[in-house]
Amino acid sequence: MATEILMPALSPTMEEGTLAKWLVKEGDTVSAGDILAEIETDKATMEFEAVDEGTLGKILVPAGTDGVKVNTPIAVLVEDGEDAEAAASAAKAPAPASAATDSTPAPAPATPKAAAPAPEPDVPEGTEMKSTTVREALRDAMAEEMRRDGTVFLMGEEVAEYQGAYKISQGLLDEFGSKRVIDTPITEHGFAGLGVGAAFGGLRPIVEFMTFNFAMQAMDQIVNSAAKTLYMSGGQMGCPMVFRGPNGAAARVAAQHSQDYAAWYAHIPGLKVVQPYSAADAKGLLKTAIRDPNPVIFLENEILYGRSFDVPVLEDFTLPFGKARIWREGTDVTIVSFGIGMTYALEAAEALAKDGISAEVIDLRTLRPLDTATVIESVKKTNRCVTVEEGFPVCSIGNHISAVLMQEAFDWLDAPVINCTGKDVPMPYAANLEKLALVTTKEVIDAAKSVTYR
Amino acid sequence: MATRKTPQKSNTSKEELLTFYREMLLIRRFEEKAGQLYGMGLIGGFCHLYIGQEAVVVGLEAATEEGDKRITSYRDHGHMLACGMDPKGVMAELTGREGGYSKGKGGSMHMFSKEKHFYGGHGIVGAQVPIGAGLAFADKYQENGRVTFVYFGDGAANQGQVAETYNMAELWDLPVIFVIENNQYAMGTAVKRATKSPDFWERGAAFGIKGEAVDGMDVLAVKAAGEKAVAHCRAGKGPYILEIMTYRYRGHSMSDPAKYRSREEVQKIREERDAIEHVRDLLLTGKHATEDELKEIDKQIKGVVNEAAEFAKESPEPALDELWTDIYADTAPQNA
Ligand SMILES: Cc1ncc(C[n+]2csc(CCOP(=O)(O)OP(=O)(O)O)c2C)c(N)n1
Ligand SMILES: [Mg+2]
Repeated sequence: MATEILMPALSPTMEEGTLAKWLVKEGDTVSAGDILAEIETDKATMEFEAVDEGTLGKILVPAGTDGVKVNTPIAVLVEDGEDAEAAASAAKAPAPASAATDSTPAPAPATPKAAAPAPEPDVPEGTEMKSTTVREALRDAMAEEMRRDGTVFLMGEEVAEYQGAYKISQGLLDEFGSKRVIDTPITEHGFAGLGVGAAFGGLRPIVEFMTFNFAMQAMDQIVNSAAKTLYMSGGQMGCPMVFRGPNGAAARVAAQHSQDYAAWYAHIPGLKVVQPYSAADAKGLLKTAIRDPNPVIFLENEILYGRSFDVPVLEDFTLPFGKARIWREGTDVTIVSFGIGMTYALEAAEALAKDGISAEVIDLRTLRPLDTATVIESVKKTNRCVTVEEGFPVCSIGNHISAVLMQEAFDWLDAPVINCTGKDVPMPYAANLEKLALVTTKEVIDAAKSVTYR
Repeated sequence: MATRKTPQKSNTSKEELLTFYREMLLIRRFEEKAGQLYGMGLIGGFCHLYIGQEAVVVGLEAATEEGDKRITSYRDHGHMLACGMDPKGVMAELTGREGGYSKGKGGSMHMFSKEKHFYGGHGIVGAQVPIGAGLAFADKYQENGRVTFVYFGDGAANQGQVAETYNMAELWDLPVIFVIENNQYAMGTAVKRATKSPDFWERGAAFGIKGEAVDGMDVLAVKAAGEKAVAHCRAGKGPYILEIMTYRYRGHSMSDPAKYRSREEVQKIREERDAIEHVRDLLLTGKHATEDELKEIDKQIKGVVNEAAEFAKESPEPALDELWTDIYADTAPQNA
């Protein structure tokens, strides 16, 4: 009986990939464990092994094809004596080969290209823009700062030889060498503390956590040592360093690997906290973070890494902390978010526009310092506010913004502020429950309708 | 890893060899199937396969008694199968279904069975080590004669909490066996790139803990070492360290391209050192079983694994109100 070989899923976030190369040809005998093909995922080039044995009857998707959806038949394996052609035509027709010609919309969390924002407010008009992934933008920011300042170095698990667990530090070892791009043992509390000491000692460390879930191991050094020493030393000893890495839920990685720590770090005086959404912000804010004389927590997001945005082509593009960005102007309701929460905020605004509700969407970009002025000014115009974040609801960023609005804009509010957040539960693994646990675009739309009494 | 010099000449029985063969093969076939289901998108997130390391858990489980406890990391499927958990329930957890050991809420990395004294399934590297010592603390406190096996990797062995735990375990003579599954890599980091003290079992000496290195591709050697460690613990002499030299054949997780080692390196170990092949050889050369009998076992195991996969596909997704259960032990489901 013929067996279809399907395009495999090779990472938690992979929905499609490139069939880079076939390592077998039609007519070859294959057995379990043989490498059939090389497949490029969003993160890496993977070898794809056979699980069944037989003869490779027909290749359905040629080498070099982009955008092959997971589970598309890519070849047919036949048993001895079977007719390859017949088996192949019995197989489902392969899905459209190229992503460009594929009209089916990608599922929400992997939209390849984000909607173009309102006119770029941070660069001179006419600046050339280049489509860049968040991943590349972060790498470029680190590389530029490392070229500029010899005291900047990068340290973390798998950042050097492996090129980063999420490939953010791709190429940095080659350019800067092992003195400045350093693989650590799995000892987060140790190397976070070591980074703090190195900063006291005159260097500018960038400490990468493979994900911020593992920074909980290092929390004491981040909070007690990095954040408080300047104060405790009467201003003598600062801690100029960056702790960075992916934060929040990826996809199906369950409770211990899915937490959003934005509110945790924003709670701490002495820390600065950044959580960018777009690639331009990732680049401009990371460069600022590396130059900042304080410890900066830089919260990235795995699902955003592969998304492309326009990034200004400028010699030295930095962005100030404490300045929110208005992505979309509107008059009926203010939607405030940051990081991946912006995905839901922008989608909701789009949908609300169709219903005649004009939403203003604000990306906070930095959570400490927090640009409350921009939020207040917007609410004075719209009189309503919805906040959006993936973190837990209790003591959330949204709670804080609500309190600020109550104190500073009470008379302008026509409805209580609604906080859309992740649910008050550890992240479940099951696909259906995970969907429920995350904040959704629909919840944002419903909240906006509720505060506008529609 | 040195090549195995002589085929192990031991006083093992035919029955024991057949049991080892069956149990190790079950793990391997189960893991291959899990890899396949992952590729089809039926399993999501992180999925860390145990292929290559089967002799470690199978050998050590043979040294346990009913009531002994075990705890490990995210690379946990083999441990669960070896301690007698149902392959159907494990596979259904991998697919995130109601029939899984955690009702689909934990996934590949987080499964537990009170009945089998399996305490997880932990995603944070090294975190299971003090927890395992705590299980042993409870046993000692309750004077029940039980022993706890704490499994962790060569990468985890460098975590600070491991050293802290060694100190307490010896200080209080806790009946815990620290099992370092040295598969030579922590993700892409070879042991020697993470430490200049690569003989992990020797670190116990700094705290007064005895230990040894064991050939983890030889299930009989593993069992023998396990028995020795168990005897030490049950005699009230405190903890023991077993550094078991093993190898993982697959990538760290499903998304690891494994460019940090050569295909030849993997191939060589598969061909020369494979633990299942070893037992197969012992069975055949000792005339304990014929090729046909082993084929029959292979077939049975394939059947068990296929059945588990079918169960895991057909078991329904958890009911939606499960989102709000199990957050606290003593209250009705929360709802927002
Ligand atoms: C505290 C913490 N840091 C990092 C990680 C990411 N991570 C998961 S497994 C792993 C490698 C662990 O290697 P090892 O202990 O040798 O176990 P193996 O995977 O080889 O079984 C890393 C770095 C994590 N899960 N937890
Ligand atoms: Mg290891």
